[in-house]
Amino acid sequence: MLNEYGPRYASGFEVKFAVSQPKTLFEKIWDDHVVVQEAGSPAVLYIDLHLVHEVTSPQAFQGLRDRGLRVRRPDHTQATMDHSIPTTDNRLRIIEDPIARKQVEQLRINCQEFGVPLADMGGLDQGIVHVIGPELGLTQPGMTVVCGDSHTSTHGAFGALAFGIGTTEVEHVLATQCLLQNKPKTAEVRFVGKAPAGVGAKDLILALIAQIGVGGGTGYVLEYTGEAISELSMEGRMTLCNMSIEGGARAGMIAPDDVTFEYLKGRPRAPQGADWDAAVERWRQLPSDPGAVYDKTILVDVSKLEPMITYGTNPGQGVGISQPLPDPAHLADSNQSAALKKSLAYMALEAGKPLLGQPIDVVFIGSCTNSRISDLRDAAKVLQGRKVSDKVRLMVVPGSEKVKKQAEEEGLPEIFKAAGAEWRQAGCSMCIAMNGDQLTPGQYSVSTSNRNFEGRQGKGGRTFLASPVTAAASAIEGAVADPRKYLS
Amino acid sequence: MEPITRFQGKVVPLPVRDIDTDQIIPARFLKTIDKDGLGKSLFCDWRYLSSGDPNPDFILNQPRAEGSTILLAGDNFGCGSSREHAPWALMGFGFRAVISTSFADIFKGNCLKNGLLPIVVDEATSAELFEAAKADENLQLTIDLESQTLTLPSGRSVEFPIDAFSKKCLLAGVDQLGYIQNLMPSIEAYEARVGDRVTTV
Repeated sequence: MLNEYGPRYASGFEVKFAVSQPKTLFEKIWDDHVVVQEAGSPAVLYIDLHLVHEVTSPQAFQGLRDRGLRVRRPDHTQATMDHSIPTTDNRLRIIEDPIARKQVEQLRINCQEFGVPLADMGGLDQGIVHVIGPELGLTQPGMTVVCGDSHTSTHGAFGALAFGIGTTEVEHVLATQCLLQNKPKTAEVRFVGKAPAGVGAKDLILALIAQIGVGGGTGYVLEYTGEAISELSMEGRMTLCNMSIEGGARAGMIAPDDVTFEYLKGRPRAPQGADWDAAVERWRQLPSDPGAVYDKTILVDVSKLEPMITYGTNPGQGVGISQPLPDPAHLADSNQSAALKKSLAYMALEAGKPLLGQPIDVVFIGSCTNSRISDLRDAAKVLQGRKVSDKVRLMVVPGSEKVKKQAEEEGLPEIFKAAGAEWRQAGCSMCIAMNGDQLTPGQYSVSTSNRNFEGRQGKGGRTFLASPVTAAASAIEGAVADPRKYLS
Repeated sequence: MEPITRFQGKVVPLPVRDIDTDQIIPARFLKTIDKDGLGKSLFCDWRYLSSGDPNPDFILNQPRAEGSTILLAGDNFGCGSSREHAPWALMGFGFRAVISTSFADIFKGNCLKNGLLPIVVDEATSAELFEAAKADENLQLTIDLESQTLTLPSGRSVEFPIDAFSKKCLLAGVDQLGYIQNLMPSIEAYEARVGDRVTTV
């Protein structure tokens, strides 16, 4: 449908022309990328950037081989290894796990055979796929970004439409640079008010998921708006968008602004010179138009939030850090009550009490959610001049080689090591516990990662999700701790 | 892919909500470079004791699970990771359909591309099915993709939703890549018009 309006020009006569209906950020990107839309079929959506890693790609490359196909656009594809690689210092010499070694070697073979650029271990570009994309300037506003990884939603922080796909779809994109997609619904998630001190991006997203539940976003692309969002750094925005999938959302996104452009300027794959100016001009048209309509709106009041922590076995089971854990006996819905009971039993926790003071065994600072330089700086500020409890193992795992190098230039590893922490090589590490970095049965961790599912960090392990400052404070106290007293 | 039209199968109930893909197939099994062989690790941490022996309390280890092809699960099945290893593991065990009140988006998409039917029913139907499965260990259901119906033992038929495109592909037993490939001239025209938004080389 078209609206008509007639601006009055200086010459005094009125010209009429049509402008299209106000659109959301999502709709603008969607419309820009639909190659074909036939009745009764999903849209054929063009993909600008395809990120590839060792775990979800081998069967897709094999599929190409079986069909005699090539990678159609290697120049829109970037691979790295992150999930199953060790974070030990000797990893370039040997990957001890033979199955992981074979998988990593297969990625090298596949990239070589199909001409796909690979950010290999030992090079400065390697890292967690959702850390290196933005770092290289590959992720840009207005683009479509996919990867065989649900946390691809991270890249939505740049005003891109970014989402995780399965391995069959990885094969589709490798073969055609396109994907079949049914148009999702849109929701505005408006964060209202100003976040109190000690409440950061991780707390905002944990609060949202606690509010809507792990299935609350199913079928939707979320656009995050409000003052608390525009005030976030790019790293904070990535943390927030990263966990959109934990609320079930297809994707999460934030309108690009000067913070976005400042982050991207000068990055290796970002436009340069006159192209940069033209790109910024284009990107400024992307934010949702005034009057654009979302399928629904969700309000989150941030003004009274506390640092958040999860207590259960899904990311929706979170509370403010001083709040008592909910009691299954007080839930009306019998399914929900049973689920909560099951979670608390697995976690061996008591309803009705807060988590503060709960003893812990391991603290993990890392993952595609919270392993960027600002996360490490935040943790280092808390740990500077302090000691990690002798009951706790603290692992700090930078998200990429570049983050690692930057941290080293700033002297952060010295702070971590002096406190008694391990400073490790870049990768997914104990977020997904595929590489030997894991909890033993019954152990508790405070983790800056994104999933607290049963066994996620090692069979029988129990995970509390929290921000880097909460994780650092808890490492010092050897128990779940409120970070605010360390943040003066 | 084998065409799917109509089949009858035995139901195994798993009345747990928000079952994530880490439970369906834990990450340590994702180091494989194949699709096969994942069925034995399906629900591994629920299914096996720390000794490695089958956990007799877990339903997939009970006689009633033998030969079952339909999994009846709680709400929001398949949430979490995008791993397609989840449907591969379910199919490796022998499942041909999962029934729930809702599915996570990526999981549902992965199922449809592999011929595992994600069947959404309303809460009342779900409750009726769980009751029926409790009363009858040999509960059989008939699933008809063409008419999009699920027939309960009471004879009641309920319709289930499925997008028309996936249905067409499943009935014909064709995968979806061919559809995109047939549109290659349009894709090339799009690229010529839009140019490269980014390049990795």
